[in-house]
Amino acid sequence: MENFLEFLFAGLVNGAIYALIALGFMIIYNATGVINFAQGEFVMLGAMLTASLTGKFHFPLLLMLPIVLVFVALIGALTERLTIYPAREASPLILIIITIGVSILLKGLAMFVWGKDPLPVKAFIPGGPYHFLGATLPPQGVLILLVTVLAFLTTEAFFRFTLWGKAMRACAYNRLGARVIGINISNLTCISFALSAALSGLAGIIISPLTFATYDMGTMLGLKGFSAAVFGGLGSAAGAFCGGLILGVLETLSAGYLSSAYKDAVAFLLLLMVLFVRPEGLLSLKTAEKL
Amino acid sequence: MRWEYLKILVLALVVWGVSFWVRNDYIFNVLTMTGLQALVVLGLSLLMGYAGQVSLGHAAFYGLGAYTTGILSAKYGLSPIWGILLAQGLTLTVAFLIGLPSLKLRGHYLAVATLGFGVIVEVIFKESVNLTGGPSGLVGIAPLSLGTYTLTSFKGYYLLVWSVLLFFLLLALHLVHSPIGRILLALHDSEPALRSLGYNIHRLKLGIFLFSASLAALAGSLYAHFVTFISPYSFTFLHSVAFVTMVVIGGIASLWGALGGAVFLSILPEVLSHFEDYEVVIFGMILILVMIFTPEGLISGLERRLWRFAKS
Repeated sequence: MENFLEFLFAGLVNGAIYALIALGFMIIYNATGVINFAQGEFVMLGAMLTASLTGKFHFPLLLMLPIVLVFVALIGALTERLTIYPAREASPLILIIITIGVSILLKGLAMFVWGKDPLPVKAFIPGGPYHFLGATLPPQGVLILLVTVLAFLTTEAFFRFTLWGKAMRACAYNRLGARVIGINISNLTCISFALSAALSGLAGIIISPLTFATYDMGTMLGLKGFSAAVFGGLGSAAGAFCGGLILGVLETLSAGYLSSAYKDAVAFLLLLMVLFVRPEGLLSLKTAEKL
Repeated sequence: MRWEYLKILVLALVVWGVSFWVRNDYIFNVLTMTGLQALVVLGLSLLMGYAGQVSLGHAAFYGLGAYTTGILSAKYGLSPIWGILLAQGLTLTVAFLIGLPSLKLRGHYLAVATLGFGVIVEVIFKESVNLTGGPSGLVGIAPLSLGTYTLTSFKGYYLLVWSVLLFFLLLALHLVHSPIGRILLALHDSEPALRSLGYNIHRLKLGIFLFSASLAALAGSLYAHFVTFISPYSFTFLHSVAFVTMVVIGGIASLWGALGGAVFLSILPEVLSHFEDYEVVIFGMILILVMIFTPEGLISGLERRLWRFAKS
């Protein structure tokens, strides 16, 4: 039972990271109809910057956090302005290829700036693990869960209560309609990239003490975040959030009880199963169109 | 179609001529690899340009072709011909299982399904060490042989791969210019119209998908017997993405463009390797710039611009 609790907790922690990345995918997809394959690189940038700022320059935690978030958000906005905006008339497939180019470019630049070796990051909270019902829970894991829930609630509030958030929801529902009632789609797209990049950067910051920061960490995280987003149906923040958590828990449980070697395959096996059984996403209300 | 025959004839002559002119094994190696990539891209171009579907897992089919015949050859001493045939059988079965449910739906479900499938295959190549040799790779694959004759020279593989490529290019061009090809083109305009004419679109799409998976597996099998050593790092998600990129750079729905895209993106890293660490950065930049400025594909875009220039 203690084992199960520890697995469950580790799964939720993993899942929290996927959930943040999935939120990022969902936001850009809803604003532009594009799957952003550079999403994982924003996570990598967040982790890399954290490693640099805390390791090399000894920034205090609370100062480092906003600096990294703003920086990654700027990179996101810049990505949109420099690569997506000039090609905004092109088909989604072309835009997706462009995001793949951005991903290759960012990864290459990161390798150039930080080198190929993993950079260590010190734990954010000193001290030993917490004990709960006989299970030991690492403090960093607790922090990751808290930050993720907070980030999710903030995003949800942004979508529900701010003008820009409402505009984004309108745009996801009907792009042309949103334009007709005077929403500036161009600005909206830029903001959605910044917001999405910031969320992924946040995932990178909080995961960095656990996995360390490497230039190529983004690819797998990005793909799993994408799986989580498809799980949730790419429609709502709540869907992406739950999709991420479910994916993380199932992945960790199967790694713990079945085989850890095939751990990375689990997310994608589940992705295939969801696609074939409920293609509109596990948690979505829409139904997929049959041919 | 007469133009196409002429173009193929010219290409065949060029390929043949190059084999006399080049004396360097490194260049034959690069050209053979280019031909193999082009074979994968040819099938993918049919799928993307004519069936309107994207596969993000073609490196996995390529790898399935390579590993099936590789394992049968290295571990069980089976002759390459049988290995290649069994690889085809396995790939077609798997592709059928993926294609059947995902092509029934409207939208890019095949892309997501093949993406998931590709990563799963990648993990299996890496983790089932007993069978595949794991991350350190599979050694001891026999070179191609038929009866008592064994093909070992770089030049021999170059000629073989490009002959196979030319054959399938001819086949694909015939397909595109046949009634089936025209139906597939019409698919872009109106699916309901086609359905009302009584065509089974689902079956057509599935057929094209199977054909493209089969070509990828064939290229993979030839690759395994050519290099005689394979590792999981040649069949990753990034390779699948590279294949898609080659199609898009060449211009979707243009088989010749796809060929050009494959040649361009196979040779480019060889040229860029002089820049060492900058290589990836420059590659990414070129990809972004090409997509922004010639979204119809570099090859088609340049062709159109040349025509306009020639007219003025």
